This record gives sequence, structure tokens and C-alpha cells, in this order.
Amino acid sequence: MSRAAVVDSRAAVIETHALGKVYSPGTEAEVVALRGVDLCIRHGEFVAIMGPSGSGKSTLMNLLGCLDTPTAGRYLCNGVDVATLDAEQLAVLRRDTIGFVFQGFNLLPRMTALENVAMPMAYTGIAGAERVERARQALESVGLGSRESHRPSELSGGQQQRVAIARALINRAPVLLADEPTGALDSRTGEEILALFRQLRDSGHTVVLITHDAEVAAHADRTYVMHDGELHLEGASA
Amino acid sequence: MSLLEVLRTAVFALRGNWLRSALTSLGVIIGIAAVIVMVSVGQGTRSEIDKLVSGLGSNRLDIMPNTRRAAGGVRMSASSFYTLTSRDAEAIREEIPEVQYVGGVLRGNTQVVFAENNWAAGWQGVQPDWFELESWGLALGEGFESRDYGGSTKAVILGETVRRELFGEEDPVGQSIRLGRVPFTVAGVLEPKGQGGWGQDQDDVVLVPLETARRRLMGAMGLPPGAVQQIAVGVTRAEDLDYVQEQIEALLRQRHAIQPGAEDDFRVRNIAEIVATRTQTTRLMSLLLAAVATISLVVGGIGIMNIMLVSVTERIREIGLRMAVGAGPSDIRRQFLAEAMLISLIGGALGIAIGVVGALLVGRFGALPVVVDLKVVGLAAGFSVATGLFFGYYPARKASQLDPIEALRQQ
Repeated sequence: MSRAAVVDSRAAVIETHALGKVYSPGTEAEVVALRGVDLCIRHGEFVAIMGPSGSGKSTLMNLLGCLDTPTAGRYLCNGVDVATLDAEQLAVLRRDTIGFVFQGFNLLPRMTALENVAMPMAYTGIAGAERVERARQALESVGLGSRESHRPSELSGGQQQRVAIARALINRAPVLLADEPTGALDSRTGEEILALFRQLRDSGHTVVLITHDAEVAAHADRTYVMHDGELHLEGASA
Repeated sequence: MSLLEVLRTAVFALRGNWLRSALTSLGVIIGIAAVIVMVSVGQGTRSEIDKLVSGLGSNRLDIMPNTRRAAGGVRMSASSFYTLTSRDAEAIREEIPEVQYVGGVLRGNTQVVFAENNWAAGWQGVQPDWFELESWGLALGEGFESRDYGGSTKAVILGETVRRELFGEEDPVGQSIRLGRVPFTVAGVLEPKGQGGWGQDQDDVVLVPLETARRRLMGAMGLPPGAVQQIAVGVTRAEDLDYVQEQIEALLRQRHAIQPGAEDDFRVRNIAEIVATRTQTTRLMSLLLAAVATISLVVGGIGIMNIMLVSVTERIREIGLRMAVGAGPSDIRRQFLAEAMLISLIGGALGIAIGVVGALLVGRFGALPVVVDLKVVGLAAGFSVATGLFFGYYPARKASQLDPIEALRQQ
């Protein structure tokens, strides 16, 4: 993949048209989680999606992250219609396009920080030596150059989240998809992580932040609010 | 993901739970070791039988006295041991046209002396057909002349071992040696034949004509006239073996005046019978080991499957994470399959080591012949791979079919 910064900053990297998701359709347990969502996020934008639990924001995140496919509408992820892809192709699209950051960090406990960061490269054809080099650079870019041989249990929450962010960046995916990235951190550390996201936005990454916290969402350039499966733009904050 | 990468990940995962992995491979270890021992014993037996068959020929019958032991081990008179005679042999040759070769044999042990060298060897008193029956030729010398079979000359043919012990580098043909106290002239040396099917040295033998043996070497033992200890019969065509055996039995019953229903005073043994006895002794052992091998491999395989299922459940978040960062179902499947196969391969390697050592010990201290060859090792390796593949596939497939969203949500 080409580096996010060199891509035309006006091109949409995430584009949905009337996106809908229905669970267990046609049964009594039918749940309409998403209805008619139109969303366009361009390269280099920092967007927050806010909403209470049950509003459908997790569903939207799973769809945007190519972990799931919609039941209605279209989702063009970096120009690719995800509805046409099978599980293997979705995996490749995720690898090349989406970097995930989770609330619980999801680091592998037996691996060092460096190994955790390098792990996604196992599913690419990148050679061993280059992997180490790239993982080092990624750790340095999140300010953890001196912690590469530490295991997650030897790192603070903020440091663990930085490792996770470095991991999300490692395959040079243009989109960072962060699900409550500050949820497990104290507010000061949370601020630092959000500052890191802004920094990444400035260097050309697209950041999509999912949160229920208006204060966190306020860091984004633009905030959408999910309500009952519908998405609305909130007054632009930047 | 490259193969090396898959392997490294699998090693890493197994090291995290090395004791569990080691215990899981135990079933495979036992199974593979049993496979090795089983096949080695089986092959040992087969090669022994092959040697036996090629040594004796498949169109050969042996007639021996049926020695009835009296209760309490009372020693019976010589005549009850020597129920066969040279005349029986002649009758067989004359009455049964399908018979090609017939030879009566007497055996004994003696001290063979040449100059200051002496050697304890077995001797055989033989008739002219002996060389054909045993398909054994001479390496040196002319052998017996027809007049030697008359019993008045004293010619001897040496086996290779006896020649070496007595003469070393010297040419033995024409030399005079003594068997016990009787002087003989060396008329030839047999081709070296090596070890027989029972592990004995076949070359440790001297041959003398039957009549000479009867007069000079057995004279003091009060044999019935014309007695032989064994009659070897060569049949022209192997297909006739059973028929000829029946003919011989009928003929000898008639000649020995055995009443219908009475026990025969002779016994006809064919090669198939010898092979059957040999095979039988190892068949049970092989069957037992086959059962052990099968059960251990199945139990070991189920153990692997069980542990892999546990591992999939334990690492469900890791699977979800790997899927999120770009691992496809095939990557996940390959990873878990690699772990299962690694367990069974390590088990297989240890099993091969234990099995080879075990087989060699059985060969050394057990009564069974053993042949360990590379094919067995290959077979065992194949079995362990197959076990890992077969029992690892289901857990691996299960892991690969996980929904990444569900997997990431698990605690």
C-alpha cells in the first residue's frame, strides 16, 4: 500500500450509501441495527462517531472495519465494494486499509511490544529484517522507542495503547478505526492518546473514532451522532 | 504467511504451554514406537522366512522319524529313533515319478583334526543328490566320485568355516585329516553360504558319503541296517508338492506296515509348514503391537484434537485480533493445523527414537528377529503426520470459521 500522505486528500476513503444492517431478518428476533446510513470520510480527516450503547455504532464500526458485510446499501472501502468480497478477500482489505485500535488494547501477552507491533506483518509478504525495522520505526513514532522488548504486562495502560496504535499503523493502512480507545485510560492519558490521533491526522492518516463520550468526540474535526440506527451530522467542531 | 512463519508461530504457541503439549504428544509417542517395533519384528520375521525358503527351496520335503517319547522321558532303543532307511529313500525314488531328487542323511558331531589344528564340527553323511537338494556347489576340488558312495573310500568335503579353521591359507584338497580317529582325504570345499535362517553358521560342517558315515562314524552306535535320520526329497514341480507328500505318506505307511488309524512312525515336513510355524510365533506379537499402535494413535489423535479445541477456545481473542489485522480464514486454519501437526511430529520423532531402540532391544534380548530399516522410519513419520492432519483439521477449521466480531467480544 502506498503511504496515506501521498494519496489525494480529497478522495473518499470511506463512503457509504444508504447502508443498512438487519440481524436475523425475517424472524421474530429481527433487529434493524442500521438504516440508511450515508457517510463520506476523506483521506486525512479525523471523524468521531458518537452514540449511546445500542444505537448501532458498534454495528457501524464492524461494517466500516470490514469485519461484517451490510444487508442493504453499499460500502466502498477505499474504493472497493465490500459486498463483493469473500472472507479471505475481506481479510486482505482489512490488512491493507484498516488499522484497529481497541478499548482493551488486545495485545498478545506473551509477545514483546516489538513483536506485537510486527505481528500483522506476518500476513503480508514483507521480509523478516524489514519487519523489525518497520516495527521499530512505528514504536518510535508513538514515543515508545525505548520499550520495544517490554511485554504488555510491563507497560502502563497508555503505553499499551500506544503499542496498539503502532500495530494499527504497521501495514500502512490509511484508516485508523478506534473503538473507545480512551475507555480504559485515565483522563490525562486519554488526552495524550487523542493528541496522538490528531498528530496522525496531521501526518495524513484518516482517523475514525467511535465513542460514547462527547468530550472525547470533541477532539475530532467532525462528529456524527448515531441514534436508533440512523446517523446524523452534529455541528462541526473544528 | 510463509511456511517458516507458520512454523515459528506454532513453535511459539506450543512453548507457551510446553508441558501440556508434551503430555498431548505422549499418545503419539507410544503409538509410533509401537508401529516401529511392530513393523521391525514383522520385517525381521519375513526376511528370516525368505532366507529359510531360499535356503531350502520351495519344492522340498523332509521326512523325519516321528519320535514318540515315552512317559517320564525313558530313553528308548535306537531302533525307535531310526525308523527310516536308505531303502525307503530308494523306494520313494522308484515309486513316485514326480520326485526329482532323494537323499538320506545321517548327522553327528566330531572333532576334525589336521596337523596341530583341530575343530569341533557337525558332520553329515550324504547321498549324491544332496548337492542338488541343498543347491550347494563346490568352491574347490572335485567332490565325491561315484565310488566314494560305496562306503569303502574315506573322502570328505569341508565347509568353508572348517577349511578356514584347519587350513587357513593352505590348499586343503588332497590333504589328509582325521574325523575323530578315522583318517579321511579332503575331496573338496563347499561354497561359503553364511548364516542360515536360524542364525547358525551353515559353513561349519563336513560332508562324508552316507555309507562311509554309517560304517566309520556311526559304527559304534548299533544302528538298524541302512538307517538314515532324515530323507530329503526334491519335487520336480512345486505344484506337485502336496500330491507327492500324500504319495510318500502312503508309500511309507505301506512299507512300515502301519495299520490304518495307528500313528505314523515318520513325519513329512514341507517348507510351507516351517514357514507357518515361524509366522505364527510372530503373528500374535505383531497383532498385539498393531492393536497398541492403533489405539495409541487414535487416543493420541483425540488428545491432540481435544487440546487444540481447548486452545482455540482459550485463544479466541487472539484469533479475533489476528483476523482483524488481516489474517484470513486460511491463515488461521493453517496456524492451528501447524500446531497440531507439530505436536504429532514431535511425538512421532520421539516415538521413532524410542521405537528403534525398543526394536533393537527386542532383537537383542527377545527371541524375535528384527529388521529396522529406513522405510519403517518413513512409515512412522507418515503416520504421525497423518494423525496430526486428521485430528488437527477439525479444531483448525473451527478456529478459521470464527466470526471475528464474536471472537473479539469474548473475554
